[in-house]
Amino acid sequence: MSDFYREVILDHYKNPRGHGAMESPDATAEGLNPLCGDEVTISVALADDGETIDEVKFEGRGCAISQAATSMLTEMVKGRSATDVATLPKEELLEEIGIPLTPIRLKCALLGLGVLKVALHRAKGTPLPPEWAGLANELEIS
Amino acid sequence: MTTQAKLDARKLRADFPIFEQQIHGKPLAYLDSAATAQKPAQVLDALRVFYETSYANVHRGVYELSERATAAYESARLTMAGFVNAPSPKEIIFTRNATEGLNLVAYAWGLVNLRPGDLVVVTELEHHSNFVPWQYIASRTGAGFKLIPLDDQGELDLSGLDALSREGNMKVVAANLVSNSLGTVNPVEKLVAWAHEQGAIMVVDAAQAAPHRPIDVQALGCDFLAFSAHKLCGPTSVGALWGRLDLLEEMEPFNLGGHMIRAVRAEETTWGEVPAKFEAGTQPIAEAVGFAAAVDYITAAGLESIEQHEHDLAVYALEQLAEIPDIKLYGPPPERRAGIVSFNLGDLHPHDVAQVLDMEGVAIRAGHHCCQPLMQKLGVAATNRASFYLYTVPDEIDRLVAGLHKAQKIFS
Repeated sequence: MSDFYREVILDHYKNPRGHGAMESPDATAEGLNPLCGDEVTISVALADDGETIDEVKFEGRGCAISQAATSMLTEMVKGRSATDVATLPKEELLEEIGIPLTPIRLKCALLGLGVLKVALHRAKGTPLPPEWAGLANELEIS
Repeated sequence: MTTQAKLDARKLRADFPIFEQQIHGKPLAYLDSAATAQKPAQVLDALRVFYETSYANVHRGVYELSERATAAYESARLTMAGFVNAPSPKEIIFTRNATEGLNLVAYAWGLVNLRPGDLVVVTELEHHSNFVPWQYIASRTGAGFKLIPLDDQGELDLSGLDALSREGNMKVVAANLVSNSLGTVNPVEKLVAWAHEQGAIMVVDAAQAAPHRPIDVQALGCDFLAFSAHKLCGPTSVGALWGRLDLLEEMEPFNLGGHMIRAVRAEETTWGEVPAKFEAGTQPIAEAVGFAAAVDYITAAGLESIEQHEHDLAVYALEQLAEIPDIKLYGPPPERRAGIVSFNLGDLHPHDVAQVLDMEGVAIRAGHHCCQPLMQKLGVAATNRASFYLYTVPDEIDRLVAGLHKAQKIFS
């Protein structure tokens, strides 16, 4: 059991980083995983260069995996460029999460990353690879 | 009601090979029988013996094997007729599952008989299988689609029926006998009387009732009733639809192809007799034989005994669960509830709860249970659901409760 809900996951779940709303974000999107009802809204503030991610905030509700993964994501992308995040492979986040996930739970884990990519794509026109466009579709990201 | 002997779940459990294994190093506590039931050796043997000794296509060959297969298949139909007390085995149509049976009625009856100004009424408690086909066929035909709402206890609120019947020309009332998500036992007799007063047909989804309590279509007085084999210890991919013969005879076919025809000409094709008219193509023959073996198995255990056993388990589970801090239990009191308990544990997402339980070898369902309208009503995205059957023992409920305490500890 402790293998699955390992300490770092529980810590991010109980004390989510970057949790909250943002006034006038530079990029935002929300997503829903209809299968389990996970919801995540992500807001991004960009630095003055219009490219570097200055701050990421998220609000949502859902399972420990979806909320902890999104919390981890906010720390992971801070200071990176929007283009960099647009091409960020999902494996990087999954490695950080560090537990074996079944296909159903994989969707929970990747919800936040998908929403972030969609937000940047909409605000900045960063590329959204077909893999994520498909995910966005399936996850009902609006 | 206990004319039948008390059920010995421990003894029956030994008939189910699945319980011989361990899950994550723990004995399997299977509390998801409302989704699908496990299979006893008697059913698995019936399938194997049929395939090994009597398998051929039915209603075709003049040779010995085909006759044997046909006899077994038609004998299964007879078993189904007896199981639901149908006046005639001709009224039993083999389908893929309850869902297909309900679609059959919605398409074959609904498409022809519904028009603008008509009304189709289902309940807020329906499984998607008795909700979506009616919503779709109503929209295709221009008929109205209305819901009978639920009260706070998770039971149907019938106080608005009079108002509903003034909203259009009532043609179809569709309801489940037992709710798959809350375990509510619905007052279907009342709905049948109401439907018939309005001149409507009554369609009953018995997927969640047939495995657990005696069913008598003549006593119920409904017009159609659908159920699945897999929920009553039978194979997947076979179910049965019972329908009143006069309605079945008037109806257009559903699936078209081989076996359901009388004569095929380039100009016109005429349909075969009921039930062949509704059984196009090669049917789930061995599955129907396994279905009959499953019905024999649960009938031997005693449907009334099963019902009582599950009632006792529901009472026990509700008592035990109610003592867990922050638990929210959904659904009616045990008197009007089948062996299904839905709950949420504080703010914990059901997937997290189910994941912790899985590591303890306890299998429950977490999700919307194909009842999204109901989940909206409850104001939740999902619930946890534990459901019981004739092989469920109180020890499994104790392990569920212990697992829930563990989940609370992990996430607190």
